[in-house]
Formats: sequence, structure tokens, C-alpha cells
Amino acid sequence: MNNIPTPTFEWLQLAPVMAVLVAACLGIVVEAVAPRARRFSLQVVLVVVGIVAALGLLVLNFFAGNIGILAMGAIALDGPTYLMWAALLVFGLLSILVFAERRVDNGMSAFAASAASVPGSQAEAEASEARHEHSEVFPLALFSLSGMMVFCAASDLVTAFVALEVMSLPLYLLSGMARRRRLLSQEAALKYFLLGSLSSAFFLFGMALAYGFSGSFDYRGIDAAVAAPVYGHGLLVTAMVLMAVGLLFKIGAVPFHNWVPDVYVGAPTPVTGFMAISTKLAAVGATARFFFVAVGAERWSWQPMIAAVALITMVVGVVLALSQTDIKRLLAYSSVSHAGFVLVAVVGAIVSTDTASSMAAIMYYLLAYGFATVAAFAMVTLVRNAAGEANDISNWAGLGRSNPVLAGAFAIIMLSFAGIPLTGGFIGKWGVFAAAWVGGYSWLVVAGVIASLVAAWVYLKVIVAMFFAPPVEGVSIAKGSLVTTIPIAVGALASVYLGLFPGPVMDLVTGASIFLR
Amino acid sequence: MITLETIAATGVFSVAWLMIAIPGLMAGLLLISGKFFDRSGHWMAVAASSTSFLLAAWMFVQMLTADPEHRAVSVPLFTWIDSGTWSVSAGLQIDQLSIVFALLITGVGSLIHLYSVGYMAHDVRRRRFFAYLNLFVAAMLLLVLADNYLVLFVGWEGVGLASYLLIGFWQHKPSAAAAAKKAFVMNRVGDLGLTMAVMSMLALFGSSSFEAVNAGAAELSPGWATAIGLFLLLGAAGKSAQVPLQGWLLDAMEGPTPVSALIHAATMVTAGVYLVVRSHEVFEMSAAASTAVVIVGAVTLLAGAWIGTSKDDIKKVLAGSTMSQIGYMMLAAGIGPAGYAFAIFHLLTHGFFKANMFLGAGSVMHAMNDDVDMRHYGALSKVMRVTFYTFAMGYLAIIGFPFFAGYFSKDHIIEAAFEHSLWAGLAALIGAGITAFYMTRLMLMTFFGEKRWREGVHPHESPKVMTVPLIILAVFSVIGGALMNAWIQDWLEPATGGHVTEISLVPNLIGWITMAVVAAGVTIAWFVFGGKRTIPDVAPATRNPFTVMGRNELFGNTVNDVLVVQPTMMAASGLVVADTKGLDGGANGLVTVFNGLSNQVRKLQNGQVRTYALTMALGAVAVGVVMILSQLG
Repeated sequence: MNNIPTPTFEWLQLAPVMAVLVAACLGIVVEAVAPRARRFSLQVVLVVVGIVAALGLLVLNFFAGNIGILAMGAIALDGPTYLMWAALLVFGLLSILVFAERRVDNGMSAFAASAASVPGSQAEAEASEARHEHSEVFPLALFSLSGMMVFCAASDLVTAFVALEVMSLPLYLLSGMARRRRLLSQEAALKYFLLGSLSSAFFLFGMALAYGFSGSFDYRGIDAAVAAPVYGHGLLVTAMVLMAVGLLFKIGAVPFHNWVPDVYVGAPTPVTGFMAISTKLAAVGATARFFFVAVGAERWSWQPMIAAVALITMVVGVVLALSQTDIKRLLAYSSVSHAGFVLVAVVGAIVSTDTASSMAAIMYYLLAYGFATVAAFAMVTLVRNAAGEANDISNWAGLGRSNPVLAGAFAIIMLSFAGIPLTGGFIGKWGVFAAAWVGGYSWLVVAGVIASLVAAWVYLKVIVAMFFAPPVEGVSIAKGSLVTTIPIAVGALASVYLGLFPGPVMDLVTGASIFLR
Repeated sequence: MITLETIAATGVFSVAWLMIAIPGLMAGLLLISGKFFDRSGHWMAVAASSTSFLLAAWMFVQMLTADPEHRAVSVPLFTWIDSGTWSVSAGLQIDQLSIVFALLITGVGSLIHLYSVGYMAHDVRRRRFFAYLNLFVAAMLLLVLADNYLVLFVGWEGVGLASYLLIGFWQHKPSAAAAAKKAFVMNRVGDLGLTMAVMSMLALFGSSSFEAVNAGAAELSPGWATAIGLFLLLGAAGKSAQVPLQGWLLDAMEGPTPVSALIHAATMVTAGVYLVVRSHEVFEMSAAASTAVVIVGAVTLLAGAWIGTSKDDIKKVLAGSTMSQIGYMMLAAGIGPAGYAFAIFHLLTHGFFKANMFLGAGSVMHAMNDDVDMRHYGALSKVMRVTFYTFAMGYLAIIGFPFFAGYFSKDHIIEAAFEHSLWAGLAALIGAGITAFYMTRLMLMTFFGEKRWREGVHPHESPKVMTVPLIILAVFSVIGGALMNAWIQDWLEPATGGHVTEISLVPNLIGWITMAVVAAGVTIAWFVFGGKRTIPDVAPATRNPFTVMGRNELFGNTVNDVLVVQPTMMAASGLVVADTKGLDGGANGLVTVFNGLSNQVRKLQNGQVRTYALTMALGAVAVGVVMILSQLG
């Protein structure tokens, strides 16, 4: 019992995560001590300062060349981690900024006045009357963000599981806090919680079996056990299946996607934007790390499974998006289909010789998707009628005439989603298809190309409605403040930039795509 | 075979690109500056154009003083496209041919800019007008100074754009908008020819530079030489309004008159002649292609003249005349080495006297409240002295009155045409007679006879800013021919490879015959329209087929309509049907199928957590099955 090593913790290398966590904790303190009137703005400042500090520390580490397996094997700080963290921080900042929009809805945020009160009750009416707001949403989002950062960098299964819960629990809460249509929101939160718990159970069970197979939670230990197995292969395969279910649930891949449309629609739109990109990014990162690093030598086993999931995810996502009439639901199914496209690249990995090709394609796709998603959901918060957000697509008709700039930006984002050339989405799709092609999955590429052709219809339908249909009475694009317009502008510009000048970013993701193992 | 040797650019030549850049940038500045330059923009445009002229003149003087071997200069700018199998570098070639064009474009262009200051004084969109004019000058200079066909094509499209914008400048008039569209569409047909020519060159020579094409032309197979020649001719016919693509030029007169003078008389429409002369090595390899050029030129010169005899709109008479004169140039260019220098010579003199007459016509219109119908003119020689005298100089020049500009240039072409073949010579000779007829008719109806002015019209002389350019152009209409007659052939020889033909000031037999034919044309016109004869207020109804055809522009529009427009429209409506029934039907069917599928699948999304959980569980089983199956496989 005397050979327990002294725990080590690399403070500097892990400082980006710590900065986010510290900001979140300070946020709790603010809730406790600051006067109600000040809280909201203080929280926004904390979020911005915390995330910017984290980004700064990340850049500092990057230029110091700090890489390595940290915290006694719990976290791997390597190229993909740097990229994932940077992307998470940027997208996190942009999407959490949208939380702070208070101009469009009568001076109030998108969150309930008193989330704990029963919808329609006296307590709720009083809280609304007093113009209360839940500024706790900001620390919650930051906690979730820190969980995501650890999740995608986790290098052992326990850390991964803890991170998974840290990232998920605040999201369950956030989903139930919509100011309008509260019952829908609460229902979504409950569904998300129940199904998320179910998926966690799968993940946990898979973990246990993986430990049983290898005697180690550490990815390198599992890798070593795969190379020199002590127990039967069946144990490993079962572990991989169960782990995959947990991970694919977070990615939102079919057949574990049922929660996506309901939760995306029910959750407050800024939260949906946050989930749609950040959760997906972290989950894809964690999936890629587990499958490439821990069981990369077993890729012949899991590639067909992921390929099947990728195929069905693309097809179901696209097909279901076709018949949607609600913009949030449409974007939800669109995000399902994008998960499928990313998985196409995961399948294409040739682990032993060259992981670079696949991870670079994954990252580029996620960046293109992320910028477009952040902007798309920010835009959804702005299209309003008297009852709040006008999410039915018929309400979006003619917006191109009343506000050509924002509608134009949204059109760019839709084109990027559709993967039209000269947008980031095109280069991203090109990359994932190329990766899968190199990886020997040409049939999947063909299916993916067909799916993306059908998907174009979905997005063009929205553009056509916006620009070529007569406007609807009472619907307009609200004049948002900078916290909303900045994400839209950044998203649209980045979509164009990634499409026109893919070179620099492509170099960056290619150069930093090797996992440390 | 004389291949042009060029030397590297030094001195002023190394900044030759400024000639193009200055008006080009000025156009951009004027277009984006908003109202800021509304009050001064026109003078800035004049300054830009004049600066280009000074640069061109400076280079011209340098070339004059250099010995003939060292006159042609190439100015490489940058590598534009490098694709391995072929490359295109953007550069300028300033040789004997292009510099005279540059002088014409910037010289006449600057005068017309100046004239426009007066002509467009009261137009609210004046700044825009001058921006377009500068854009035109820049594009036209790029066209003639380019050292390869692809860069030339950029200029070619640029002048097309400027022409389109300026024809439709008065966009409130539906006729102007329609004319602009027509010019654009018909030019596209010609552009197609040029595009195919350039692509053929890139495919055959791996380069589109004049140097490579002219050097490689000798090895061309006859089939390719003819093909490229005909492609080039199609391009030239579109831009230069030659039969069968002549229809747009008369309509283009909807543009402001300075535009007609600059673009649709003096410079842009002659680009086709430039193209043919520039590609002389290709045409020399193909008798068929050069004969086609002669035929097109001969037909057009007669057709244009014919139209000129029957129109009452002063600008349309001049437009028909422009067609006809460019026909002369084409004819000369098609004849071969003997004709190149004469084609360019006539192009230059025509640039002077036609610009002069167009601006004169503009001055008349200015005085007559923008009325263009000559039947409403008459007796203007008394009230508009400067316009009358300057116009008269242009008139004498175009009909070929001895020692005026056109006398030298046109007679050479007629002689060369007779040397080429009898029918070409006869066409040119008859054309000269008809030219004399319709120009005399124009003079008599406009400046002589009785006043047939409408009520409220009080003709007056135009302001100085308009008459000064007229005077300068009139001077060149008089002396331009004599000035260049002895010099132009020697000058152009290195660039065009023309053989110097001995010419004398004393007319030979053909010269005398020509003069007699011209005199006959003038006399007939005098008997019909001169003296105290009354001009009917409206064109008299007639069944005379010649008049009817002339008034209807030889039914060119009808031909276009029947042969091109109606079939296109029918094809278009047919396509619409095929599209809605076939393609859309297919696509919509596909979408319907997917939508149906979508509606079925979405039933699984029933909102019940227990269903979702079940789906997940079944999904996990399915994933496991796939995994196990793939282990077996």
C-alpha cells in the first residue's frame, strides 16, 4: 500500500481548462453575492474574460510546444487537443454570447424568469412581473464547456466518463430553461436527461468490459492489451459496441438520435446553438480519440460498424430534414446528417500509417460546420413575430427583402451546410469524402455524395423561401445587439473564408492531427 | 515571312501599362465615389484620357526617332496562367501597328471626352457617363496593346461591356435598353468565334501570344488555318458589325452621340479590322478564310451604303456609312499583304472624318432639340457655321474628294481590290458611288434647302467646348490622308508584313474612273434633293423594292428574327416544357419519393421517451449485430 505515487498535476499545461472552471466557480460566487441587477452583465464579463484567458493560455502553451500525457495519464495534450480546445473555446464564446441577447425580446433574455416554478403558476407570473432572469445559465454553460474540453482530451476511461457527465448535466438543466413554451422546454430537458442517462449506462457498461478485457482504464493500456490480449476477443468487441453507443448518442448519430430533434426544438435557441456545435465537437473528439488511440489496432473490427452508422445517419438525417417545416427541427436533422458526414471521415482512418488524413478532415469539417451552426442558431433567435421566435419556415418567407444583409448571411450559411463550392462546407465535405476514399470506403463516399445532393434541396428550400416568396405579415428580423450579430457575422465570414482560402486552416489542422499515444 | 522582332522595354515604355491603368482606375474611382465627384468628375475623366494620349504620343515620338529595327517593344507584365501544357503571360506589345491605334483611341477619345463635357452638361448622370467612357478607353487600349490573344480578349469583352453600358445609357428609354441588349447578344455570337479561335490556338501552339501564333502559323494544316481564320472572322464580324452580324449597329445609335462617334464609328467597331490584320499570318495560310473576309467586306460595304441611302435618321445614315466604310477596311484586310496597310490607313482617316461627322451630327441634334429626322432639318448652314464647315470637311473626305483624307485611303483600297479580282473592285467602286450619293443627300437635307424646322426649335451654334474638337477633327479630315499617305506603308511594314506598293499622287486610270463615279453619285443626289426641290415631310410611301429594303435595313432584323430569334424562342419554350414535364417531373418525383419516405420515417419520432429508449436499445443490438457480422466476414 505504500507504492501509491504522489499525484502530479501540470498546472500550466492544464491552465486553459482551469481558467474556464475558475470562471464558472466565480460565476457561482457572483450569483451568491452580487446584487440581482448587476449579475447578468457581470456574468457576461466573466464568460468573456474566462474564455479569452483560456484561449490566451492555450496559445501560450502551443507556442511553448507543451505536449504530453498530463495529470497521471488522465489527459492527453496533443495536436488534436489543441485544435479541439481552441475550437471549443471559440465556438463556446460565440454561442454563449448569444445567451446574453436581451434586446430582441422585450429587454429579457431567452431564459425563464424562474425555472423552478410550475409553468402558468402564480410564482412564475410574479417572477416574470419582477423581470427576474436566470443568470446562472452562464456558469452552467462554462461548467459544461470545461467538461467538453476534458472529454475530448481524456486519455483514460474514467476521466472520459466524469467529463461526459460534467458536460451533460448542465446541458440537461439549460435545456429546460426556455422563457417561452416552457412545457415543451421542460419536456425536452427530461427526455434529454433520461436518454442521456441511458446512454451513460451503456458507456459505463462498455467501460467495465474494456477494463475487464485489458485490466486498464488507460487508453495506452487498452492499446497494449489489444496487441497482446489475455482475454477473449468477444469481450473487446462487446466493450467497443457499448462504448460506441454512449459516444454516438452524444454525437447524435442514428439510431441514437431520437433526442436530437426534440431537445433542439425544446431548448432555448441559444442553448441549442451551444449544444449543436460544442457537444458534437467534444463527442467527435472523444470518439476519435477512443477509437484511434485505444482500439486503433482493432480498426478492422469497428470500421464496418461506424461505416454502417455513418451511412444510416446521413440518409436518415437528410431524408427527415426534407419534410421539416420548423427551422429548428430542420437544423436539428441537419446536424444529425452532418454527424453522419463526420463519421464518414472517422471511418476513413488508416491508423497505423497515417492518422493525419482522417483527423485533419474531421477537424476541418467540424470547423466549417461549427461556424455555420453558431451563426444559424443565432439567426433563429432573431426571426420573430409577436409570440416570440417565428420558427415555422413559412414565416421566413420574404426576409431577403426586409433585411437583405442578415438574410444574405443566412443564405451563405445554408450554402455552407449544403456544401456548395466556395463555402467552407464544400471543402469540409471534400475532405471527409477524400479521407474515406483513401481509407478504402468508396461505397460510403458514393452514398455520401448522393446524400449531400439531396441535402442541398433542404437548404435551398429555405433560401428560396427567404428570397423568392412574398413576406409574411408580422414577421421580421429583430434588431439584435452585438452579442447576436457578431456570431452571425463571424459565422458567415468564416464560412466564406474557409471556402475561398482553405490553405492556412488546412495546413493548421493537418499539422496538428497526430494523436499522442 | 517577316516576323516582328521586339525589344525589351525601357524608358517610357516600361510604364506603358499606365496608359491603360490611368483611365481604368479613373473609371473605378468615378463609379465608386458617389456624389463626391459629381461636379468635377467629367474634367477628371478628360484629364485621364489626355494623360494616356500624352503617354502614347511620347512613345510614338520615341519610336519615330528609333531606327526601324528597334521600334517594336514588348512589355511583359506578369504570368497570368501557367498550367503546364500551356501558359499565358500578360504583357503589352507596342509596335508600329498598336501605337497608331493607341494614338487614334486616346487622341480622338480625348477630343470626344472634351466634346462630351458640353454635350452631356445637363445630364444628371454625367459622372457615370464619363466613368464609362474612361472604362471604354482603358479596355480599348488593352485590346490593341495586348501581346496575346487572351489578354486581347479581356479588352475585347471590356469594350463590349462599355459599349453595352453606353448604348443603354439613357436607360429610361425602352428602345435604348433593347438596343443595348441586342448589341450585347449579337456581340456574344462574335465573341464565341474569338473564344474558339483562342482555344484552338492554345490547343495547337500551347500559347496565345501573337509571337507564338504568327511563328507557328506556317506549320498549320490547311484545315486548322481555315478554321481559326473563320473563327477570327466571326469574332471580327460581331465586333465590327459586318454581315451577317450587322444588325446591332443601327440600333446602337440609341446611345448618346459622343458614344456613337467614339465607339460605334472611330474605334471599337474597327477592332475587327485590327484583329484580322494582327492575325495576318493565319489568314495568309488559308485562301478560303481570306476570301471569306473579302466577301464579308464587299457585301457589307454595299449593304451599309444601301441602308445609308434610305434612312431619314441622320445618325442611322452615318451608322450605315460606318458599316460600309468598315466593309472597305475588311475588304482590304482580306486582300492580303497588299491591303493591310491600306486597311489601317483607311481605318485612321475614317476615325477622323467619321468622328468629325458624328460629332457634327450631335451638334446639329443639340441645336434641333435632339430631333434626328433629317426631314425636319434644312438650311442649317446659315445658323451653324462652324458645324457646317467642319461637317463639310468630313463630307469631302468620305466621298473621296481629291486630296482630302478619304481620297487617298479609299482609292488605294479600290485599286487593290481591282488587283485582287474584278468583282471585288466593282463592289468597291459602286460602293464609292453610293457613298457619294447618300452623303450628298445628307448634306443637302441637313444644311441646304428650306427650313423645315419644327415649331419652337431655334437652332444655334454649339458652345466652344463642342466646336473646338470639331475643328481639330476637321483639320485632320482634310490633311490626315496627305499626311500619312507616303509614310504609313513603310511604317507599318514590320508589323503587318505588307509589301510596299508604289503610289503616286497622280491618279491612274482606276483613280479617274473612281472620281467619275463619285461625281455621278453627287450629281444624282443633287438632282433628287438639291436646289429648290421640296423634301416631303414624311418619307413618301413607295413600292420601290430597293427603297423598301433600304429603309428596313435590308430586312436584317427580319432575317435574324426568322432564323435566330424565333427558333431560339421556340427552342426555349420547348425546353421549358421539357424541363417542367421531364426534368422537373423527375426531380420533383424524386423529392416526392423522399418526402413520402420522410413522412413515414418521422412517425418513429413520436415524442415518447419510451419509444426513443427502445429505439436506442434496438439500435445497440443492431450495431452489435453489424459488428459481429463484420467479424465473421
